[in-house]
Amino acid sequence: MASILDDDPRIIEFDVRTDEMLVNMGPQHPSTHGVLRLVLRTDGEIVSEVEPHIGYLHRCAEKIGENLTARQWIPYTDRMDYLAAMNMNLGWSLAVEKLMKYEVSEKARHLRVLIAELGRIASHLVGMGAYGLDLGTFSPFLYAFRERERILDLFEEACGARLTYSYITVGGLTADLPPGWLQRCEAFLDQFEPVIKEYHALLTTNAIFVKRTANIGVMSREMAIDYGCSGPVLRGSGVDQDLRRDGEAIYTAMYDGYAFEVAVMKNGRYPRDHEYPPVPPDAVIGDCWHRFFVRMIEVVQSMDLVRQAIDRYSACKGTIGEPLKLTEKIPAGDAYLETECPKGQMGFYVVGDGTAIPWRARARSSSFSNLSVTADLCRGCLIADVPAIVGSLDIVMGEIDR
Amino acid sequence: MVEYLIDRVGLPGWLAWTAAAALAAVLILNVIAGGALVFIWAERKIAARIQDRLGPTRTGGKFGWLQSLADGIKLLAKEDLMPDGADGMLFRLAPYVSFCASFCAFIALPFAFDFVGLRLNVAVFFVVAVLGLEVFGVILAGYASASKWSLFGSMREAAQVVSYEVPLGMCVVVPVMLAGSMDMVTIAEKQAGWFWNWYLFHDPFTFVIFWVYVTCAVASVNRAPFDLAEAESELVAGFHTEYSGLRWSFFFMAEYGSMFLVSAMAAVLFLGGWNGPVPLATLAGLSEGTGDTAGYLVRLLGMVNLLGKATLGVLVMMWIRWTLPRLRIDQVMTTCLKYCTPIAAVMFAGAMLWQLFLPGGLVPGMRRPAGEIREGWLEGPGGRAAASAPTGSGDLVLVPAAQVRP
Repeated sequence: MASILDDDPRIIEFDVRTDEMLVNMGPQHPSTHGVLRLVLRTDGEIVSEVEPHIGYLHRCAEKIGENLTARQWIPYTDRMDYLAAMNMNLGWSLAVEKLMKYEVSEKARHLRVLIAELGRIASHLVGMGAYGLDLGTFSPFLYAFRERERILDLFEEACGARLTYSYITVGGLTADLPPGWLQRCEAFLDQFEPVIKEYHALLTTNAIFVKRTANIGVMSREMAIDYGCSGPVLRGSGVDQDLRRDGEAIYTAMYDGYAFEVAVMKNGRYPRDHEYPPVPPDAVIGDCWHRFFVRMIEVVQSMDLVRQAIDRYSACKGTIGEPLKLTEKIPAGDAYLETECPKGQMGFYVVGDGTAIPWRARARSSSFSNLSVTADLCRGCLIADVPAIVGSLDIVMGEIDR
Repeated sequence: MVEYLIDRVGLPGWLAWTAAAALAAVLILNVIAGGALVFIWAERKIAARIQDRLGPTRTGGKFGWLQSLADGIKLLAKEDLMPDGADGMLFRLAPYVSFCASFCAFIALPFAFDFVGLRLNVAVFFVVAVLGLEVFGVILAGYASASKWSLFGSMREAAQVVSYEVPLGMCVVVPVMLAGSMDMVTIAEKQAGWFWNWYLFHDPFTFVIFWVYVTCAVASVNRAPFDLAEAESELVAGFHTEYSGLRWSFFFMAEYGSMFLVSAMAAVLFLGGWNGPVPLATLAGLSEGTGDTAGYLVRLLGMVNLLGKATLGVLVMMWIRWTLPRLRIDQVMTTCLKYCTPIAAVMFAGAMLWQLFLPGGLVPGMRRPAGEIREGWLEGPGGRAAASAPTGSGDLVLVPAAQVRP
């Protein structure tokens, strides 16, 4: 360990050496977002090495997928990223539809965008609130849940479930929206928009929050790409990549005609940055603050997308159509599709052998790649920075362990 | 009360003293412990309101005001757990050390003119010193728990509390210097009258140093944003990770006791103690110094005043806790050593110079000149009797400055 301590310039200020101590952070720890276990090698308050251990939430979801039909596996995708279950449903459905070369109706496409973007807002709200919790402030967490609750109410009206929806499914959606839903959704958006300012006041621009996050856990552009990071973690490092714009045709076709800017800092500016508080001078691109801020911007961006989707959906005539039947046979062959989930690029791989049951069902988790940078980012930081860094990655263990 | 017991009841001296001391101890212990329960309830309600929740609503009627009591009963009934590797004696001792330190300091805290457990001539010093002992309990708890998280928490607390006592001491010394006494009764007495007589408004330096005191006080009682010793997102629960049941509740009581104590200290040292912003009693021609019923009522009113100010301080601490994120340990130390200490030192020097050159304030005749009341206990009819007598006006002797100064 001595070499690591010598190499890190930050260690010099703390030149008192004490005995090293191995500490288990997790799996039962309040700030590890589920059952993540981090083994910290600490030298006083300084962390010289962090080793994440995963697997505490492994439920053999992928193996189960090889014993169920494609549509029957949808509830299992719910339980991967349980904070953005809609987006998980969408990823698997699109992968199977890609293999089957199936195209959903126009109305179903817009409804999918509407639902997926609402799901993104809900997921980012939890990420934002839980990040406040990681930094020791409890109230923003409950404010975020207050708004998320209203999204869950909308989802409940649409599909009957509040957490594991199985709403978006192979070949469309299980049901159309109930009457009056769009008005209630718009009412929510109108109520939610001014509240975002409060989050910025409580977290983004809060002096202590900035002190705790700015210039902490700085991940360079190259490092983010090398580790295969994706989603807000990648964009927080200044990489201009968003699968909704850069993804495969079947996925980008869904967002065809939608106007949005990728939430990434370009030439020192975020899109529509006049609406947000300015970037604090201490913040460096790729640090915890930027990762957090990208999520905040994406919430606003998703609200825009929801509004556009509401217009397009209500302009469509007819019905959303019926989803494929549960025992629909999937053709022989394989398909892999990555979608832009709230946490990052979630990939689903399906191999069909001509029966209704996939021969292989696999998932590529974005949180897994995002988590893998922990060891590098946390080297030489203080204990209090570990939750700050891990929290800024916004991981969900259900998705990592599957 | 001692005189009453000796003269009217006819008890021997030692018995009268013991009885008076026991009564004072029981009063302080119960009032403060009861106060802690109320504050715990208040914190839950306030936190709930801040967070758009309701908080306790069922236990004890509409507002759940019996919630703390119910929790207390629950904690009493809980199994007493001790980790395998723990140092048994120290583990059991630690909560009581914290609790005793926090509650002992109330002995010297005046609640109103002469409503004080023991009137000490070094009350300020006593309170700061005894409050500082609380950290011993925390260190013992962290060391004896045989848990790494507890150890982290207690080491943090030790470093933090020891550091913050430096600027805290400097802040506390300023009112002492202005009053020319460490006796808290005297300090508060000197701020009698309208609210501009409060030391907060004495001069610009005291105004600034009050806010330094607030920062240091919050830090020294381990409240957010300085609650690193029990940072739940990093250290699980810090030094009390392994504690449960009644032992844990002792730490909790100690924390709320200390919170109230530093707030009451702030009220006495800077906010006029039991003197309200408007001297209603004086305007009505009453005096708290008199031993009759009216004087007694005036003192009761003063107690309400002081408790109100202290409660306000506690509420502000709660408000801060439920709003702000937590600082990191190095930032806490930076705040103390790079900001609080130099500011406190400069303000101390400034207040000293002000006192030297402008003792009467900017407007002549606005306040009483310094040194009018000098160490009453020294001139009184025997230090001990004067210090403990709750009634009677003979204990505080006003001596012209010229007589005391050599």
